[in-house]
Amino acid sequence: MTTIAIPQGMPQYDGVPRFDVEKVRADFPILGREVNGYPMVYLDSGNTSQKPRQVIDAMREHLERHNGNVARSVHQVGTEATEAYEGARAKVAQFISASTPHEVVFTKNATEAINVVAYAFSNAAPGSRFALKPGDEIVISEMEHHSNIVPWQLLCERTGAKLRWFSVTDAGRLDLAPLEELVNERTKLVSYALVSNVLGTINPVSAITARAHEVGAFVMLDASQAVPHMPVDVTGLGVDFIAFTGHKMCGPTGIGVLWGRHELLAEMPPVLGGGSMIETVSMERSTFAPPPARFEAGTPPITEAVGLGAAVDYLTSLDMRAVQWHEKELTAYALDALATVPGLRLFGPNTPVGRGGTLSFALDGVHPHDVGQILDSVGVEVRVGHHCARPICQRYGVPAMTRASFYLYTTVEEVDALVRGLEQVRKVFD
Amino acid sequence: MQIDQLYQEIILDHYKHPHGRGLREPFLGEAHHVNPTCGDEVTIRVATDGASFSDISYDGMGCSISQASASVLHELLTGRATGEAFRVVDGFVELMGGRGQVTPDEDLLGDGVAFAGVARYPARVKCALLPWMAFKDAAARAGVDPAAPSSAPSPSAPSSSPSLSTAEAQEAPEVKA
Repeated sequence: MTTIAIPQGMPQYDGVPRFDVEKVRADFPILGREVNGYPMVYLDSGNTSQKPRQVIDAMREHLERHNGNVARSVHQVGTEATEAYEGARAKVAQFISASTPHEVVFTKNATEAINVVAYAFSNAAPGSRFALKPGDEIVISEMEHHSNIVPWQLLCERTGAKLRWFSVTDAGRLDLAPLEELVNERTKLVSYALVSNVLGTINPVSAITARAHEVGAFVMLDASQAVPHMPVDVTGLGVDFIAFTGHKMCGPTGIGVLWGRHELLAEMPPVLGGGSMIETVSMERSTFAPPPARFEAGTPPITEAVGLGAAVDYLTSLDMRAVQWHEKELTAYALDALATVPGLRLFGPNTPVGRGGTLSFALDGVHPHDVGQILDSVGVEVRVGHHCARPICQRYGVPAMTRASFYLYTTVEEVDALVRGLEQVRKVFD
Repeated sequence: MQIDQLYQEIILDHYKHPHGRGLREPFLGEAHHVNPTCGDEVTIRVATDGASFSDISYDGMGCSISQASASVLHELLTGRATGEAFRVVDGFVELMGGRGQVTPDEDLLGDGVAFAGVARYPARVKCALLPWMAFKDAAARAGVDPAAPSSAPSPSAPSSSPSLSTAEAQEAPEVKA
C-alpha cells in the first residue's frame, strides 16, 4: 500500500485514523467470489456498495426474531420492531449530526427523498413559503444525476417556475462565477450534488448556501455519493435538506433518507396519504402527524431500516475519517496509474483534492460498452454508460463514459487490475 | 477465453472498417433508433423499388457490436429481394434471441454468424439488434411490407423524419435510470 507522504506543516493529517483494508474485506462475503475465472475486482460502489456480514446478519436476525409491524402494535414483537426501526432512525440522525431523530425521514431511496420535497412544495398552499409560481426559479447544476434534475423539471412544469443551472468547467468544477446572478431574489430553491456521481467532484457548500439564504432560497444537497464516503455534518453544512440512499453505504436497497431542518418539515404538507402519517381521520377530513411520520405513509421498509442502522454502526466503528482517508490515498494512486494508460481521457478533477474516489474516463477509439465488457471478462466490474447523468456526458461531448468507483474495501491491487484490464482492452481494439 | 466468442475477428473488422457507412440519397424510408441504456444510435435509410433493396445506407455511433452489426446488415441485405432480406432479418433476430442455443445458418446469415457469441451476453443483444430494428422500421416507412414481400411500395412521399412515432418511442425512455 502506498501512502501519501504528509508534508511538514500539515499536522492536521497526523491524527487521521486508519484501518486495515484486508480486515475490512474479510467482512464482505461477496468479495471472495470470482467472475469469469478471475477474483472479482468490484469497482462499481458508486452504483451500489457491497454489504458486510454485520448488515446481512442484522437483517436476518431481525426477520428471524423481532418481526412485527411498527408504530401500532401493543404486542412484544411489534414493540421490538418499533424499537429497532426508531433505533435505526436515531443512529442515522447521529451519523449525520442531525439535531433530532425527528429530522430523519425514511424513504425508498434518494430519488424518493428528493421527490418528497418537490411534491411537498407543489402541495403547499399559495402564499406559503414553499409554494412556487411563475417567475420563481429553481437552480440546479449541469453535473446532476437524473434524480436531481427530473423532479425539478416536473415541479417547474406544475408551477410555472423556471429551471436554471450552474455550468461545469473543463476541470470538472462548478462554475461559481455567475453565483450572484444565478441565485437571486427570484430563486426559491438551490439543489445540487455534494459529490458528483460521475466526476467525483466535491462541490463547495458555504458560498452557495450563504448566497441562497441571503435571497431567501432553500438549499438541498444530493448527498448520495457523499454520506457513504466522508463525515457529513448537516448542522455544520447549514443547508435545509439533504437526500441519500442506504444501498451505497453498505446498507440494503429499498431504504433512503430525507433529512430536513425540523421547522421546515413541520410546516411542509404531506405528499403520500395513508396509514401512519395521520393524527386523526374522520370521513370528511384528516389532520396529519408531525414529521417524520407525516412523510412515511404506509408500512415502511422496517428490515431495510434495521440494515441501514447496522451499516451506520459498521461505518462508525471504522470511523468515517478513516474511510475518507483510505479513499483519498486510493484516488491519488489511481489518478497516477490511469495517467499511464495511453489514450485515456479523464473527466473531472485530475488531482486528489476536492474530489472523491469516482473516476470516469474515455479510452480513445473504444466505446465504454466494449471497455466494460472486456474488463468484466477479467473480473473487473465497472459501470459504463451515461451514469443517469446524460447532461454531464453531453457537456464533455461524449455519449457515454466508463466509471471506476472505490469504497472502503477497494485496494491498490484492484486499481492495478483495472490498469491491466485496460491494456487488455487496447490489445483487442488496437 | 470466453470473451473471444463475443469479439470475433469478423466483428472487430466490421467495426474498424465499416462497409457502406454514410447516409446516401435517394432513399424511400429512414429510421433513427437509440439504445437508451448506453446511448448507442443508428440511422438507417433504405432505397427500394419494392422488389429489392437497391441501397441500405447508415450512420451511427456506439459500441463495436452495434456498429459492426450495421455494417454486416448493409453487406447482407443490400441488393437482396425484399422477401429474402426479411428472411435474413428473421434469422438474425432468432439467433440473437437464442441465448447461444441456436445454431446459425451460415448460408443465410453470412458474416452475421459471428454474432452467435453475442447472444450469450443478454446485456449486449440489444446492441446487436439496434440496426436491424431500425432497418425494419425504415423498410416499413418505405412501404415494404414484410408479410407481402414482393409487392411494390406504396407511392407515398419519402418518409424520412427521424421523429416519427416509433423513433420517439425508442427515445422516450432516455431520461430513465
